[in-house]
Amino acid sequence: MDITDRIKQTIKDNPIVIFMKGTPQFPQCGFSMRASQALTACGVQYAHVDVLAEPEVRQALPQISQWPTFPQVFINGELVGGCDIVVDLFNKGELQKLTRAAVRQH
Amino acid sequence: MTRIRNRLQQALSPAALELIDESHLHAGHAGASSGRGHFRLRIVSRRFAGLNPVQRHRLVYDALGDLMQTDIHALSIDALESDKNSTNV
Repeated sequence: MDITDRIKQTIKDNPIVIFMKGTPQFPQCGFSMRASQALTACGVQYAHVDVLAEPEVRQALPQISQWPTFPQVFINGELVGGCDIVVDLFNKGELQKLTRAAVRQH
Repeated sequence: MTRIRNRLQQALSPAALELIDESHLHAGHAGASSGRGHFRLRIVSRRFAGLNPVQRHRLVYDALGDLMQTDIHALSIDALESDKNSTNV
């Protein structure tokens, strides 16, 4: 499986996945930290991919998603946004609904 | 900063554009050593009408093109259709 297929599979297989710098436990960037904290605060399980540990993913994902920066949060196979949008959705109470619905449907 | 502004002006004819350099807040961390900046952008454009946040941000990234690789390390975006709060999506 090439890297593009692998990334698409990851996005498809996980109802919620964040591609970030570092991990939720040890984020390596403030933006990745805030986005993963918002997901954690939703109280749902989510997958993460550390793009610093996987340079191929870091290289390939922006072309697939048409989004140049990290983090990138996907819910139900759709790009929901980076840090700004995800934190904004959380503050409006919408991220909580989106994530719970995604976990239920999966 | 000027290059970033010019690209956005040309592509999105914004009614308002605020670009703040926040690189100093990040001095010393790993991303800052590349010499590329951390910026905060607030942009108001009619081009954002009817678009969701992901689509709005993509328009901004498209307008910036290669500057995202050469000049910008991180960009925080607030993309509005108008200055009225009711349209803050």
